[in-house]
Amino acid sequence: MTPAGVLAAGAAGGDLFVAQNVFFGVIALVMIVSAIRCVTTRNVVHAALWLVLVLAGAAAQFILLGSEFVAVTQVLVYIGAIIVLFLFGIMLTKASMGDDDSVAGEKRLMAGLVAVLLAVVMGIALIDSYSDTRVVIDEPQRFAAVSDAIFSQYIVAFEAVSVLLLAALIGAIVVARKE
Amino acid sequence: MISVLSELSYWQVTSIRVGAGLVAVLLVAGTLVYAHLFKMVSFMQSRLGPMEAGPYGSLQLLAEIGKFLQKEDIVPRRADRFVFKAAPFVVLTSTFLLLVVLPGGPDAWFISNDLGIYLAMAVSSVSVIGILMAGWGSASKYSLLGGLRATGQLIAYELPLLLAVVGVVIQAETMNLQEIVLAQANGEIFGWGAIGNPFIITQFAGFIIFMIAMQAELTQTPFDMPVAESELVTGYMTEYSGLRFLLFFIGEFATAGVFSAIAAVLFLGGWYVPGLDPADNLLNLLGPLVLFGKVVLLTFLVFWVRFTFPRFREDQLQRLAWKFLVPLALANIVVTGVLKVVV
Repeated sequence: MTPAGVLAAGAAGGDLFVAQNVFFGVIALVMIVSAIRCVTTRNVVHAALWLVLVLAGAAAQFILLGSEFVAVTQVLVYIGAIIVLFLFGIMLTKASMGDDDSVAGEKRLMAGLVAVLLAVVMGIALIDSYSDTRVVIDEPQRFAAVSDAIFSQYIVAFEAVSVLLLAALIGAIVVARKE
Repeated sequence: MISVLSELSYWQVTSIRVGAGLVAVLLVAGTLVYAHLFKMVSFMQSRLGPMEAGPYGSLQLLAEIGKFLQKEDIVPRRADRFVFKAAPFVVLTSTFLLLVVLPGGPDAWFISNDLGIYLAMAVSSVSVIGILMAGWGSASKYSLLGGLRATGQLIAYELPLLLAVVGVVIQAETMNLQEIVLAQANGEIFGWGAIGNPFIITQFAGFIIFMIAMQAELTQTPFDMPVAESELVTGYMTEYSGLRFLLFFIGEFATAGVFSAIAAVLFLGGWYVPGLDPADNLLNLLGPLVLFGKVVLLTFLVFWVRFTFPRFREDQLQRLAWKFLVPLALANIVVTGVLKVVV
């Protein structure tokens, strides 16, 4: 069966144990374990590497949903740029090999509370808005459709964001150059 | 023309593609090491190179692999064992994923969709994480410095590499590498279509930028600050031995082959043979060989430069990327875009 066929079968609500659902579960499990290890490990570099697994899992989920553009952008921007920047910064400043006890963090309780609150609020909001909506995915989303939407329907928003990013870029250079 | 592959079932086609991927990585890496690293450089330096194992030393490579496999797999005492051991696999995974977008013939492709060159650029940046893992995990100052230098260089040269590709994408109107090949095969030069329209003619600036940025991405001399042997032993690879060093080594040469293949597809017409119908079944057989020939040609250029020029200093290296290659690539995009609309 082609990937599009699997998606169609999944969308039609047929068998629960189609490959797509099974892999969703496997990837979700990997993501959850990595996310927990990311905040419990006492080594900053290890935390960043666990975060790579979480983000790669998110990219894999996007591919399962047929959103190839978002998946590749996830890899390019988050793994290829942001994590590399994290690791680069950590290694330039302080990259101790073993466990770092100063990472233990006395704010663990507060962070946990905020995380639970966020999960509850987002969960309620999502279930409330989308619980009876069925997303029908017949075929993977095409690149051309994404770019057509950006450059016609959302052109004003796109241009506004571009100018904003340019302003931030120039601002960063101005701030960095001032001795 | 009925293709051979369309008669096979899904798992058969998948097995063929996995096998082809392994062959494409190992065979290309082996050929490049033997033809360029062993023989070409030897001839340039007026010596014979390996001559003992097999005719003209052609089995030297197997002897080297045997040697590396026998060596002890040493992990430094203070190293982070898991990160240290996993690093070469991350780098090699990035190489294999890069291969996925390459077309070798009308039906001989791994995946053929719009992701194309965008996917290639995204997964090529994953190898940086492997290099940082190797640099940090080794718990050695040479490795860490090498890893940081490599990262700074790869980030700097990823930009011109990407921007050089944009010109080709504008001209071909697609990011699908298969369709980029077809656009060149069906193109015409001022109404003369005998050899198609390889984009090296119209995108010559893009080709030069791509080749320079590629040289830097592969950390080949003159861009070999990260592995500068007189300062850093071998940079992030310093602490590796045996099989894991071999993996880094294969990764280095296989990546050189895959990047050259991407350059061949983007600028030299890929698997297409002038005079044949682009849908001809014969090209499924001939195409990979033609692409391989172009890869050998382009990697010859890479290694020619490698063994000819002295090493760049770090500031010269960054200045070349940010003050010369990036503006030139941006100008190329503007000119290509304007001509695309006007002509």
